[in-house]
Order: sequence, then C-alpha cells, then structure tokens
Amino acid sequence: MLLAMTGIDKAFGGVPALRGAGIEIAPGEVHALIGQNGAGKSTLIKILTGVYKRDAGTITFDGGTRELTSPRAAQDIGIATIYQELNLVPLRSVTENVVMGYEPKRFGMVKWREANARTRDVLARFGITLDVTEQLGNYSTAIQQLVAIARAVSLDSKLVIMDEPTSSLDASEVEVLFGVIRELKRQGVAVLYVSHFLDELFEVCDRVTVMRDGQSVTSRDLAETNKLELIADMLGRNKEDVEAEGMTEFGGAEAKRGPVRLQADSVSTGPRLTELNLTLHEGEIVGLGGLLGAGRTEAARALFGVDELTRGTIKMDGTSIAFSGPGDAIDAGLGFLAEDRKAEGIVPDMSVRENLTLALLPKLTSRGKISFAKEREIVERYIRALGIKTADMDQPIRELSGGNQQKVLLARWLATEPDILILDEPTRGVDVGAKREIQAFVRDYVEKGFSVVLISSEFEEIVEGADRIIVMHEGRSVSELTNPGVTENMLVNALAHNDGGEAPWNSQ
Amino acid sequence: MLNEDAFDLRRYIQRNSASATVWAVLVLLISFGLMRYENFGSAYNITSFLNYNAMFIAISLGMCFVIMTGGIDLSVGSVAAFTSVIAAYLSPYGIQIALPGAIIAGCAFGALNAFFIIVMKIPPFIATLATMLGAKGGALVISGAQTISVDWSSNFTKLGMEKAAGILPWTIVIVIILAVALWIVLECTSIGRTVLAIGGSEDASALMGLKVNRAKAFVYILSGGCAGLAGLFLASGFGAGQPLEGIGWELSAIAAVVVGGTLLTGGMGSVPATVAGALLLGLVFNILNFENGRGTISFSAYWQMVIRGGFLFVVILFQAQIMSRQKQVRS
Amino acid sequence: MEQSVNVPKPATRPNIRLHGGLLALFILLLFNALVTPNFLQLQTLFVNISQVATIAIVAMGMTLVIATGGIDLSVGAIMALAGALAPLIFLSDFGIAYPALGVAAAFILPLFVAAICGLFNGAMIAFLGVQPIIATLILFISGRGIAQVLTNGNLQTFSNPSFSYLGTGKILGLPFQGWLALAIACVLFWGVTRTIWGRYLLAVGGNEKAAYLSGGPVKRVKIGAYVICAILSGIAGLIVVAINSASDAARNGNLMELDAIAAAVVGGALLQGGRAPIFGAILGAVIIQLVKYTLLANGVEDEVALIAKALIIVAAVWLQQRRKV
Repeated sequence: MLLAMTGIDKAFGGVPALRGAGIEIAPGEVHALIGQNGAGKSTLIKILTGVYKRDAGTITFDGGTRELTSPRAAQDIGIATIYQELNLVPLRSVTENVVMGYEPKRFGMVKWREANARTRDVLARFGITLDVTEQLGNYSTAIQQLVAIARAVSLDSKLVIMDEPTSSLDASEVEVLFGVIRELKRQGVAVLYVSHFLDELFEVCDRVTVMRDGQSVTSRDLAETNKLELIADMLGRNKEDVEAEGMTEFGGAEAKRGPVRLQADSVSTGPRLTELNLTLHEGEIVGLGGLLGAGRTEAARALFGVDELTRGTIKMDGTSIAFSGPGDAIDAGLGFLAEDRKAEGIVPDMSVRENLTLALLPKLTSRGKISFAKEREIVERYIRALGIKTADMDQPIRELSGGNQQKVLLARWLATEPDILILDEPTRGVDVGAKREIQAFVRDYVEKGFSVVLISSEFEEIVEGADRIIVMHEGRSVSELTNPGVTENMLVNALAHNDGGEAPWNSQ
Repeated sequence: MLNEDAFDLRRYIQRNSASATVWAVLVLLISFGLMRYENFGSAYNITSFLNYNAMFIAISLGMCFVIMTGGIDLSVGSVAAFTSVIAAYLSPYGIQIALPGAIIAGCAFGALNAFFIIVMKIPPFIATLATMLGAKGGALVISGAQTISVDWSSNFTKLGMEKAAGILPWTIVIVIILAVALWIVLECTSIGRTVLAIGGSEDASALMGLKVNRAKAFVYILSGGCAGLAGLFLASGFGAGQPLEGIGWELSAIAAVVVGGTLLTGGMGSVPATVAGALLLGLVFNILNFENGRGTISFSAYWQMVIRGGFLFVVILFQAQIMSRQKQVRS
Repeated sequence: MEQSVNVPKPATRPNIRLHGGLLALFILLLFNALVTPNFLQLQTLFVNISQVATIAIVAMGMTLVIATGGIDLSVGAIMALAGALAPLIFLSDFGIAYPALGVAAAFILPLFVAAICGLFNGAMIAFLGVQPIIATLILFISGRGIAQVLTNGNLQTFSNPSFSYLGTGKILGLPFQGWLALAIACVLFWGVTRTIWGRYLLAVGGNEKAAYLSGGPVKRVKIGAYVICAILSGIAGLIVVAINSASDAARNGNLMELDAIAAAVVGGALLQGGRAPIFGAILGAVIIQLVKYTLLANGVEDEVALIAKALIIVAAVWLQQRRKV
C-alpha cells in the first residue's frame, strides 16, 4: 500500500467529524472518495494534507509512519493537493504557480529559463502547450486545474488529491482532465479522487471508498459495483431493498392543489444550473431531489432573484417576472431560507427578535420608525408557535442552539407570510426534536394554501414531505415523482438512472 | 514551440499595459517640458528634481512591496521624520555611521509594524496608523520639537548636496542601486515571488507551503528601512533633522505606487513602474512650477494635494474595472 | 449534535465592555482629582467639553461607518473643507450684504458639500467595490488640498458673533457644542435603535449576505453611513472654525481620523462591523480627551501624548481581536 490511514478520529469543539475513518490506496491507483455532505470527506483530506491535526489514528505513507504537521510537510513527502477552490494565485504566471516554493535557483536567484522549461515539460506530458509566462488568471478554469495538477506532478508527488476537480469544467475539459489522470496512473502516480458526480468515477477510478457520518463504510472495486450500490452505501441503505421496489408506481394520485403559482421554464444561471423546469401550485410542496452538486441551491437562488438568469423565464401567477434582487422577490411574496445558516442566515450579534424580523422590517415600519409593540407581539407569537427555546427575545442569536437558530430563521420568513417559501436544507444540523417541529410547521403552512419549494439531502424528509419531487442531476431537472406512493428507494433509483447520454457535457 | 523566454517588447507592453502607460506618459511629459520651457532640461533643474524626489522614490519602493502583499503602511512619513532627527544627531560621526543608523532606526519601526500585524493580528492600517503616531511623538520627543541642525563639518551633507563624479546626486545614485536591488529581489528570489503570491491569495500561498509570515515581516521592515533612508536624505539634503516633516508622505507614496500600476489589493506590481510613478507625480509638480513661472496659470502649491488625489481616483477607477473583469473571468 | 442541551443565558457581555470603558474613565477622573492641580474646577470642565465635542461628533459618524465594517479616513479633510467654506461665504459680498442669509448659507452650504464628499466615498465603496480605506484615501489627500486652494492657504480670521456662537456660545452655562454633541448623540441613538435604517445598518455590518438575502438595501445603507459621517465631520469643522474665529485649512481636523477611530474603538465599535455604540463613541472621545488633558496638565509634553494615543489604539484593537478569537 502507498497510503494507509487507519482509525482516524477528529473532533471540532467536541463535535466529532471523523470516528475511526480510514482509507487505503495502492501505488498508481485512482481511488475515489465519496459521501454525502458532512460525511467527513474534506476533514479526512485536510488531515492527510497537513491542514488539520488528527486526534487519533495512524498514517503510513510510502513505507513509513508519518506525522503531517503542515501543508509543506505533506508536499515534501509527496502528497499534493488540488483543492476545489484552486489553491493557485491567478495574478501570477503559469510557471510561477507551478514552481512556487520550489524554484530552481543559483546563488539565491531564480533561474526563470529553467523554471519555464520545467513547466513546459510537465505540461507537455499531458499534451498541453501554452505560454507559461502568461498570467494564470487569463486561462480557463480547466487549464488552471491542469496547472495545479502540473504543480503536483512537478513536485514528484506520489499521491495527488483532487477535490471535486470537475465541478466547474465543461465536457471537453473533463475529457482532457481524465486523459491527464490516466497519464498520471501510467506514470505510477496514485490519485485520490473526490467527487459527487458518480458517473465520472466509473470512467477513471479503480477503487472507491464510501464515507458516511465520519466513518469509512465500504471500500469497493468499481469494476464490481454500480451506481445504485454506491448511492445505497452513501445513504446507509440496503441495495437489495432499493432494487426490489424499483420505479414502478410512477405518478400516483394528484394532490389536492390549486392553480399554478410559480413556473420556471428552461432557466439557467451558469454552468451549475443549466436547465430548470418547475411548476409550483398553490398549496403544494415541491421537493428538489438530487445529490450534492445537482444544482438545487442554484435553482433556489435563481427563483429568488439572487443570481441573474442567463436563459429561460420565470412566471409568477402567469406573468413573467425579473427580480433585480431579494428585495423585489420579498415584495412579490417570496421567501428563501438559505442553506448556510452561519454565512447567509443569522446576524450573530443581533438578538433573536432582531433576527426574526429582519425580512419583515418594511412592514413593521411607518415613516422609518419601527413599531416595537407590533414587533414584540409578532416575535412573541412565533417564539411560542415554533417553540423557540430562548431566555428572552433579546438574547443574542449566537447563544442559541443550532435548532433554535434555524427556527428563528424559519420564523423570519414565515412572519413575512410569503405566498411561496423556498426552504434550502431547513433541518440540516438540527436535533431530532427541532427537526420534527420544523417539518410539522412547514406542512401546516402549506395547508393554509401557501406553496413551498423544499430542498433536502435527507431523502426521507423529501420523500415524506413533498407532494411532488423534481429530480435534479448535474444542473438540470431530469424527472419528476409524484406522491403519494413515492418511496426513498424510488428516489434513489431515479438518481441512479440518470446516466448515459444525459450528462451536461454531452448534451448541447 | 513558442520562444517565451526571449524578451519581446510587444508582449511586454501587452502584459504590463499599466506600466507601459506610465512610462509613455512620463516620456510625453518630459518632451512637453523640454519643448515648452527653456530651463527644463538644464542640469540644475534635473539635479534638483532628482535630488528632491529621491526621498519619495525611496519610500514608494518600500510601500510598493507592502501594497503588493495586500497591506498598507501609513507610518512611513513619520518614520522618515524620526530618522531625519536620528541622522542629524549622528551626523558628526559622518555618513558611514549616520547611514546605517538611520536605516536601522527605520527598520525598527518596520519591525514594530510587523509585530503588530503578524503576532498581534491587528489590521495593517490600524497598526501602521498607531506607529505613525508613535513615530511622530518619538521624533518630537527626541528632538525637543526643534529642527536639529546637522554637523556641517563632517561628510554628512555631501550625501544630500553633492554629486557622484560630478554628474548625479548621491541620493539618486543610492536610490537607483536600491531600486535595482529590489527589482532583482522581486523578480528573481523566492521571497519576492512570495510577496506577490501573498497579495494574490494569502490562503493559497499558505497551502502551497510558502513562508507567508516571513515575507510579511520582510515587507514591513523593508518599508521602514526605506523610510529611514528617506529621512537620512531629508536631513542631509536640507541640513537639518526635521521632526515635523513627513506629513502626507505616505499618501504620495501610495499614489506613486498605484499610479505605477501596482494593484491596491496586492498580487501584482512592478519596481520600475513604481519609480516611474513617483517620477511622474514629481514631474507634474515640476511642470506646474514652470507654468507658474511663465505666469500662464497661477497654481498654488496646494493644488499638489488635489492633483494627487485626482490621480489616485482615476487609477482606482481603472483598477476597479480590472478587478471586476477578472472576477468575471474567474466565475 | 450536542447543541440541543443549550442552556440559554442572559446577555451580559455588552455590559462588561461598557464597564471597561467606564472603569477607565473613573480611574482617569480619580487620578486627575488627586494629582492634577485645579482639575476640580468649572473652567477645566468647559475646556474639556469644548475640546471633546468635536472629537465626539466625528467619532459618532465614524462609529456608524465602522458599524458597516468600513472606515473613513477623510473626516479630517472634510472638516478642513467645511471649515474653509464657511468664512468664505459670510465674508463674501453676498454674506456682507445679507448677514442673516450669509450666516445661514455658511452653515448649510459647507454641510451640503460635506454630504457630497460622503456620497462620493459611499458610492466608490458600494458601487465600485473599492476597499473603504482606499476609497476614503482620495478625499483624505485632496479634501484638505481643495480647502487650501479655496483659501489660498491663508488663515482666514473673522469676527462674526452669530457664527461664532457655534463654538463659543453657552446654554445653561455649558458650551453650546457640548449640547450639540449630546443632541446629535440622542438623534443617532434613536436612529440606530429605533428605526429601520439603524436595524439595517447593524445587519449589514453583522452579516452582509444575510442582510441582502433578507431584502436589506445594502448599498443604500452603506452610502448613508458615509454621508452621515461626512456631514458630522462638516459640523465638527465648522465648530473648530467658530471656536477660533479663524479658519486654518492646514490644521483644521488634522489627525482627526485617528482620534475618531480611537474613540469609536475604545467606545466598543467592532472593526468587523455590526455594532454601533453611539454613547460609547462619546465615552471613547471623553477618555481620549482626558488622557490628553491629564498628560498635558501634568507637564508631559504633547508629543508623548501622541505615543499614548498610539498605545490606546493598539491596545483597544488588540483586545477586540482577542475577544473575537
């Protein structure tokens, strides 16, 4: 084995992220690492690359036990990483990005001629010829990715880690990348390939390790498995059960529902959302199902006017709308509970009360002055209705638990009484009790005749919660399942069977 | 295969459009001056112009490195005032003592900045603002708020008032040596490349295993040292240590650096273009002086600041455009 | 997740921070009462109030800007600009012909110009995405230059009792500008705590993305903060001119940005944004002024006071950064 990580533990502030995780990679092997959001993939990688320190476990690499104390230490023993957010400096030249930190020098002076030559050589090994003195930022993302790989190879790495390398590449670029990976393999370099695009794995990888809840659950030869089995592993389900049910009961009874409120036709906002078709009726919950990177969050942002449309139309109650920002969307009766609670949701230093009424402010205000009586009354009402546990409404929200923070944010939107509420992972990072309450509240809300778009990575939630599920795959809405009658296994199946000619880089 | 290693002027201009513009404008202004004013090309004007601007070029060079890391150093003016007093006190021992003395004093303030920024994690502008106050106070304290006359009997004032081989002022000779040395450091050494990489992306630089803190300490100490040199020139050229000088110098330096095409967000910059930027700003005022002399306009000295701000504004507009274009390419 | 077993605890932190400032103030007062000769006299109070008012007024504006996560270096230059304009107006032919109108215009016009400066700063930051420190650097450099160009660098002296009232008038025996600072503080405090604008201001500084996704007018809020800061600087500039019965564009507001930032930070403003302690800014201004006064009154040179101020700034920011981690 080139690399063996065993029994790796890591906790952040008492919350375990990895519990006895491990991975084994043979020399020259292309090894895939997959798992749902929060399964611990990136933590494991960051331990391997010296960014995090592990709490327990051993790492052997290239015949010896290793202590990886810094990114530099990992690089020096032959582990190179290409992060998703490329760790390159776009303002500098291609050569610099390849040799930085390891420049060929004489008397302390960088020998640029030699550096350029070395860079050209490495790139040539992958069949790429370009002006290496040009600013890296002037090249496409694909080229930048290849340059990152070239850097890894030029450091004589024995293991190259690629974190979501294809997430912003187009079809032909992906092919070039795969060519490079095969070339690496031929040269005896091992590759650890992290991706949520399962189709890709079968094209380039030899083995796959699946992670779930901070543990490594299975390790399989890709030649002997299939997508369904991998998805079942990722979700912690039994493959046989999934297969037995199949996708037979397509199209159950029509839910009781009103007229169409929201309609999206061929909406695109960029490479991550290429084709969204969606209708949302009054009194209906439409779920967006899909794996990580399927374009669900991007779909929500497009509907809410955060990202500009590059193509397609969105109609509300039959008339075309073009929001210039969230403000417009809120005025039109939309609400959007964002996925990332910390980065896009809470204002940590503000109180529960202030956070709860942030989107409602214009309605609480007359001539600029906030009506505190009205505000307190509304906040009081929602704290009671949602059972938010807080000392009082003036407590800073950062002192609340995750579940209670989430309830406050949900209340922020419910308070605006939107006709259409978009919920992106409303129960992520929330304890079981709060989760049930949030789900019940959303159901109640819809019963009153409002509409909800629900995004969730928990299949159970989406299958049980949604009246219809739009299945998304690689930036496109590909199929639809209608409740009642949808089971989790049907959804898994729908996801697994969207392969073949439908990948975005083959379409056009 | 492309021959990318050979120097290609057209490609150079294409890649360094900002620097090329500065040089072109500089040449234009010089030719304009030569044609319009009869004394513009006189040895006296050229020497006094270069001698006066040597201080500003020196601090601009230091500032250029700081800005390339994405930081800023607001303390250079006060530090120069401080070191001018130090230099004046050391002047009886001759230039061989005063020169290193002033530079070391400047470096000490730079090290203080570096300590605030790297160890105490205080944002650069606050840290250097505090140092600016401290150095100003210190200069006034050690000088008793008086200008300190230098010792004219030693060789100290030769530096600021005489010429090497009777051609170029000593100050400008030193500045040229400094500029060339820094140019080599930036273009050809790993610390120079690290400086640029940090400004481009500090996180990426750390993940690449570069010595980020070392490079940051280097730029602030360098900037302090350059300010020390400027203070030395000040004392030597005007015959006195001047604790009250240096107000607004940091702005002249920032303006020169930015006019020279260095991105304010860091990651891109050039040593020669910074020199050109400093010369360009100086030249504008030189020409205004000549215009005043002819009586065609009457620009008071106060226009200097307004024009400097105007320059900065125009350049920032350009840079904002460049940045937004790059963001588009990236996404 | 263990977060479910969270025992909500009451918010005690802001009080501790405020107590820190008050404690410093108390120690300063006590020290002065014991050591400084003639400290406990009305005259001392007047001197300090008239000094502290300008710092406090600018510091309040700075607090608003810092609350959005920004900074404004141009406050001193705007003071000089507004201060230079006023005498130009009431000393002009128009101002002499119509004294009442002239004095009114001498208040309104400079503040209007200051507002334009703020608009310029805010627009650069909100629309062009220029970092605040750089955007405000432009006026920091040229604002004072414009003031000097307007006055040709001359010291403008004048004798205009109605204008000077701003700096020398007294109400209930206390300096007018002290009352003015207090009034401004009350209005701003009301604005920050009671109005939609104040709520958005804190939200933008606390989490810009969240504010935007909740429909907050992020750009307008930011621009507004810079405009208010500039107007307040303008007022401070007028006060300085009124106190001296003279306008010196070179010195009016010199280094005020430092005093203002220091006062705001000492008063509890977070450089990262999200907090706008208006009365904290006043407290900060009082502390800064008292430190200065204490040193001066005890024979410590003005220069050393500068070093003390530098130390206060570094210490205050350092404590903030540490608390954050």
